Amino acid sequence: MSVAPAELDRPLTADETVPDKPWMTIVWNDPVNLMSYVTYVFEHVFGYPRPKAEKLMLDVHHKGKAVVAVGTRESMEHNVEVLHGYGLWATVRQDN
Amino acid sequence: MFRRTRDGGVSVWLPPGEATLLRTLVVPVLDLLGETGRPGEAGYPQTQGGTADDLDRLLAEAVEAVEAAEAAEAPSVPDDPVLARLLPDAYQDDPEAAGEFRKYTESSLREAKKYFAQTLLDTLPPSGGRVRLTGDQARDWMRALNDVRLMFGVRLEVTEDFEEQLASLAPDDPKVAAFEVYGWLGAVQESLVRALDK
Repeated sequence: MSVAPAELDRPLTADETVPDKPWMTIVWNDPVNLMSYVTYVFEHVFGYPRPKAEKLMLDVHHKGKAVVAVGTRESMEHNVEVLHGYGLWATVRQDN
Repeated sequence: MFRRTRDGGVSVWLPPGEATLLRTLVVPVLDLLGETGRPGEAGYPQTQGGTADDLDRLLAEAVEAVEAAEAAEAPSVPDDPVLARLLPDAYQDDPEAAGEFRKYTESSLREAKKYFAQTLLDTLPPSGGRVRLTGDQARDWMRALNDVRLMFGVRLEVTEDFEEQLASLAPDDPKVAAFEVYGWLGAVQESLVRALDK
């Protein structure tokens, strides 16, 4: 089963029209989630090859957080919703 | 424990005690997801039963519900710490954006998590034995197991050194059993992830 994202039908705000400030999906370290599980989620949700998924998982583990995807606000919000479905602690932030 | 099957699913044999334990642990997560976790609010709205012949009335009610939802105040993170972990804020330093996101996504996230937990309950033989899961069901199990582990993790305040936490408890501490169950759940989930990952 895949989680259908809620379609957000709202007007663009001023800062969303600025193209040079991408949005990011951030995953935060968590004492419960297994390293193997987090790697699997990165592979399965983002289609990342194993080495990239493992590197991101280790970044989360050792640095406390990692940027796992960059793109539009809508796609980052979609990522976060899917990652919350997997129980990962994920947030959206605009680069600045 | 879990083994990959040829059709892309997984298979596991669970002793009766383990099957019962799993069921006992998943039910409270399912119950919790049906509560708002916010004081003074009614429980999560349930679909009403009854005849479905009056389509116009149903549509009018649906439109009304959507309008009410859109006009409603953006909800804050649930007070219950387990629910707060299962349904976290999507924006860390922007309560307004976090509330807006929650307003549009929290109920679907709750439904998704309830679906994963229900898949586990529906595919678990009551008295244990062979469990065969499709790939999708296996991923539902994985997420349901993770939510149970998050519940334990929050309630027990586990850290990454949970083995040390367990070792530091007095043998007669009532938390010992909970820590042991938490450790067992981790082994079950690890085994499932490894089987799916092959």
